[in-house]
Amino acid sequence: MRAPSSILPLALVEVTFAAGGRTIVDAITCEIGPSARTVIVGPNGAGKSVLMRLCHGLLAPTTGRIEWRGAGASAVGRRQAMVFQRPVMLRRSAQANIEYALALHGVPRRDRWALARDALGRVGLGHLAERPARVLSGGEQQRLAIARAWALRPEVLFLDEPTASLDPTATREIEAAIDAIHASGTKIVMTTHNLGQARRLADEILFLHQGRLVERAPAIRFFTSPATAEAAAFIKGELPWT
Amino acid sequence: MNSLHEAFAQAAALVASGDPALVDIVLLSLRVSLSAVCIATLIGLPIGAAIGVGRFPGRRALIVVLNALMGLPPVVVGLLVYLLLSRAGPLGELGILFTPAAMVIAQSILILPIIAALARQAIEDAWTEYQEQLRSLGAGRLSAAFTLLRDTRFSLLTAVLAGFGRAAAEVGAVMIVGGNIDGVTRVMTTAIALETSKGDLPLALGLGVILISLVLILNAAAYLTKEAAQRRYG
Repeated sequence: MRAPSSILPLALVEVTFAAGGRTIVDAITCEIGPSARTVIVGPNGAGKSVLMRLCHGLLAPTTGRIEWRGAGASAVGRRQAMVFQRPVMLRRSAQANIEYALALHGVPRRDRWALARDALGRVGLGHLAERPARVLSGGEQQRLAIARAWALRPEVLFLDEPTASLDPTATREIEAAIDAIHASGTKIVMTTHNLGQARRLADEILFLHQGRLVERAPAIRFFTSPATAEAAAFIKGELPWT
Repeated sequence: MNSLHEAFAQAAALVASGDPALVDIVLLSLRVSLSAVCIATLIGLPIGAAIGVGRFPGRRALIVVLNALMGLPPVVVGLLVYLLLSRAGPLGELGILFTPAAMVIAQSILILPIIAALARQAIEDAWTEYQEQLRSLGAGRLSAAFTLLRDTRFSLLTAVLAGFGRAAAEVGAVMIVGGNIDGVTRVMTTAIALETSKGDLPLALGLGVILISLVLILNAAAYLTKEAAQRRYG
């Protein structure tokens, strides 16, 4: 499945996004490379979700450039996928939802069934394959969304607050699935406002504050000795017991 | 009160008698209106979907016009189709004025805006919810439109029913282009108008009861289908 050459790194050059007279993402420049799990953290309204949509291509920057600089970048649309905070499922079975995504990606009809079954099995939903997707629980729907993204064999997977509206059990299941996707060689870029989750999953942290990229650091260093006052205050506010 | 009572009794008697002339009128009504619904649905749903997900200049004006056309007066539609199909008209050579075909055309035109406008609303609402997800999965606008048509199928059923209700109930258009010819183009609504003007109120009311019952049964069936499907698919 995997095309030989990478689409990464992803470079953001002075990326700004404004809407309604408000600057939501403010002149962010950075480069996101392969392998490490990149977690974007920051308070509500910091611009995390918008930054994610800019990277994924759902939004176009007001100014600045977003460039995929890898040798395989010509096929970038098909080599990345995104999981949203609230997954949108079509009114058909779980299996058919994944097959739909495979069809859009040009996977031949004869291969779709098996690929979809395989993806459902990986997130522990094999037994619900024929269940209508919209009657699944919130946690199950989010696992289905991850299975749907995974089935596309993306090189980069964006996840926007994938566990924000889930209970702890469902959150653990999602985190396990994200770990497994990472282990299979997919680059993970996700946002969360849950610092405990960021600690469990992140290799590197991008800290956003008021639309600006304030700090970027390996996860361990970010949590033990943040370099900026904003990050220190954020960590203290979110994890007061540490 | 008395005449209402009499009307129901007469309606029951009419149905029970199975009078072939009456059966013909009812069947022709259904044939004309259901044909019009099929045609208007085939054209109206794609139009609704295209406007719902499309982005083009004049879109908002088009939506306003489409919504306004939901209130087209049937007699005006009848008159326009009459002018088109009359011997001197541009389509006069077809020779279909005063035939059921002309009635189907008139009703199709009448209900096309209803089905298209209601479908547009349903599709646009769904598009708001689905847009990011579908774009993320790589769907273009055309393929998204087809996906939304399929996914909102239960809401669209309501749009189609609204169209059918309008077609089955209108009298002006079929009267003008059909001519209410006994045994050829007489449908329930034109028969009711005629019997009323002749003073045969019980028969007119009886026909009215049958007409309302038919619409009620169709709507009940569609509602139950929709409810069962929504429980199943969420």
